[in-house]
Amino acid sequence: MNPLVRAACLLALAAPCLSKADTAADLQALRDEVKAMRGQYEERIRALESRLQAAEAAAAAQAPPLAAPPGAVTQAAAPASPVASSPGAAASGTGFNPALSLILSGLYTNTSQDPANYRISGFALPPNAEIGPGTRGFSLAESELGLSANVDPWFSGSINLSFAPDNSVSVEEAFIQTTSLGNGLTLKGGRFLSSVGYLNSQHSHVWDFVDAPLAYQAMLGTQFASDGVQLAWLAPTEHYLELRAELGSGRNFPGDSAGNGAGMSALSLHTGGDIGESSNWRAGLSVLDAKASGQRLLGPDAASAERIDAFSGSTRVWVADAVWKWAPQGNATRTNFKLQGEYLRSTRDGTLVAGADTLASAAPYTAVQSGWYLQGVYQFMPRWRVGLRTERLDPGSPDYGANAVFFTADNWQPRRNSAMLDWNPSEFSRVRLQYSRDQARPGVTDNQWFLQYQMSLGAHGAHSY
Amino acid sequence: MKIYRYLVALVALWLASALPAQAALRVFACEPEWGALAQALGGNLVDVSIATTAFQDPHQIQAKPSLISRMRSADLVVCTGAELEIGWLPVLLQQSGNAKVQPGQPGYFEASRQVRLLEVPGSVDRSQGDVHAFGNPHIQTDPRNIAAVATALSVRLQQVDAAHAAEYQARGADFSQKWQQAIVRWTQQAAPLRGAPVVSQHKAFAYLYDWLGLREIAVLEPKPGVEPSAAHLQQVLATLKATPARMVLYAAYLDPRPSEWIGKNADIPVVKIPSTVGGSEGAKDLFGLFDDTVARLLAAGERK
Repeated sequence: MNPLVRAACLLALAAPCLSKADTAADLQALRDEVKAMRGQYEERIRALESRLQAAEAAAAAQAPPLAAPPGAVTQAAAPASPVASSPGAAASGTGFNPALSLILSGLYTNTSQDPANYRISGFALPPNAEIGPGTRGFSLAESELGLSANVDPWFSGSINLSFAPDNSVSVEEAFIQTTSLGNGLTLKGGRFLSSVGYLNSQHSHVWDFVDAPLAYQAMLGTQFASDGVQLAWLAPTEHYLELRAELGSGRNFPGDSAGNGAGMSALSLHTGGDIGESSNWRAGLSVLDAKASGQRLLGPDAASAERIDAFSGSTRVWVADAVWKWAPQGNATRTNFKLQGEYLRSTRDGTLVAGADTLASAAPYTAVQSGWYLQGVYQFMPRWRVGLRTERLDPGSPDYGANAVFFTADNWQPRRNSAMLDWNPSEFSRVRLQYSRDQARPGVTDNQWFLQYQMSLGAHGAHSY
Repeated sequence: MKIYRYLVALVALWLASALPAQAALRVFACEPEWGALAQALGGNLVDVSIATTAFQDPHQIQAKPSLISRMRSADLVVCTGAELEIGWLPVLLQQSGNAKVQPGQPGYFEASRQVRLLEVPGSVDRSQGDVHAFGNPHIQTDPRNIAAVATALSVRLQQVDAAHAAEYQARGADFSQKWQQAIVRWTQQAAPLRGAPVVSQHKAFAYLYDWLGLREIAVLEPKPGVEPSAAHLQQVLATLKATPARMVLYAAYLDPRPSEWIGKNADIPVVKIPSTVGGSEGAKDLFGLFDDTVARLLAAGERK
């Protein structure tokens, strides 16, 4: 038995007896003994300490050089050194490899207008565009299965499969990225959500409202993803500055390209920082270029809504985004607030064939359209959050050239206001109630109610800012 | 394409104006205790940046822009590990584009790997709350753990900054010696508390109890990471009627109200534990942290 344990036992035994110890001499003897033991113990620790130090120094000196990252030839480090060998299991995302995460989500929707007739006035969108409140009544929302892991010392990989309520499976994201380029560089390849704006690169289960803002639905096809490559570079400055450049197929709206070359390119610049201890922010400016050839679109106005037009040309979407988060002393556990807003401006330039299957009347086409949303979400007590969102679109006055006769502008600026309340029993579950007053069409007000659950299973998610 | 050119020019301008020029080893510490330890072991050889404060829950941190930038320029990352930072550290590491500090590299150091973890669950099921598969990650409340981490971290500093190995070694030896003496002192001071029954708000003090021999008889959070509910507090109160506790403990970053409620209704002292460096007036450094923790516990222990 070592002296410390003996001393502890003695103390523990002695404690209840102390009141009964009738002579002070007994007590003094006990104290002396404990003191002596302590002295002995300290001495031993010191001896062990110096031996340990000597051993470590020797090990460090003998450590074979590790497969060092390129350029760092002088690195002397060893996975076999005493500190690197772990007493427990490897602390990765989970005990599994790869990390597995599953998002389950369901929805009850009640709308005063038939979602089948939903359209966003003034914006010509593909017939299969995912806009509006979706299915009425009970429905399964998107379920998501994610797998991710390091591939080897140089790459990591990740896939996100999305299971739609209609029993179809789609690959939302599937990409590999580098982990060892250094110099602030990360190269990503595969299918991924574009880094333009703020909401676009976030998975829908991270959004603070049930649906995407109207501006995203009208100008980015709800959420823009592409197959391609992305190079991210983080500047070596104290102030956050990140640049991401993308090149991809651009097969999704606003693109629709089938050529050999890149159908889309994007550039996004983000900066941000702290304001004192309690709040921080991020803001950015992005631009997305996409090509389309023969892109089939439903007419933008009440008069042309049933007709299919075809657009060929280029689209450029500018996105300005900003988010500000506040929590008292930076501790978001009890209360916190998040304010975010984005402004999108889309320019389409090319040729439009009015009535692609009927009239087949081609003419030059130019449209400048824009939209914004602003939302605030406040956690007023643990588990409970409330949020408000307001948004507006401006369809502009497209120049249809000789085709102008086939269009009758609605002269309407789509708008929507939403309020939500959510309850988060734990960081893995959420139940949300949302009301939206949707006026995306002239003269029609759609009162939309949503009740949604979102649960996450498996690997603990790590979320971007 | 003019706009692209403008953006590139903007970036170039930014770079020219703000390139940091530092020679010291840049240490990114996830929690204040490891920041303080790295500072103690590295002195003027290191430039320590700490990601969180004592008033923030290290489990609930955002991967905010300022942290990404700091991770980008780090030479050594010192974190607790054991999934404590799982919600944000992976994002920082990924977005930093810094190859030196990725897990597995010498620039990545997990303190929890240097100690024996307590409360390792037999099964990981979230019906039990936010259970950490590798065990309780709040290791810094036992000074013996700090000693183990200090030894390993000193060796790591010697590896990463080999040019100054001898200086790190000397500092490490000096710190360890002082620390061992302090442990003996604290252990002796807190001896009267051995065996005392206590209540904690969050399961954050397993290591403190293990060290000082305190007995946790109730926890205010019904499950780890789940806020205490009124019903559960009543239940704890009933437990305390049957088996009285000497005090109720809560960490500085938590809402004190549940502890204060129990303290008032069960008539026991409420003790705010600084939990890490900076958590109280007295906890200015690692020595102060334990001086203050022991003093607070003793003060509460004597009141009853």
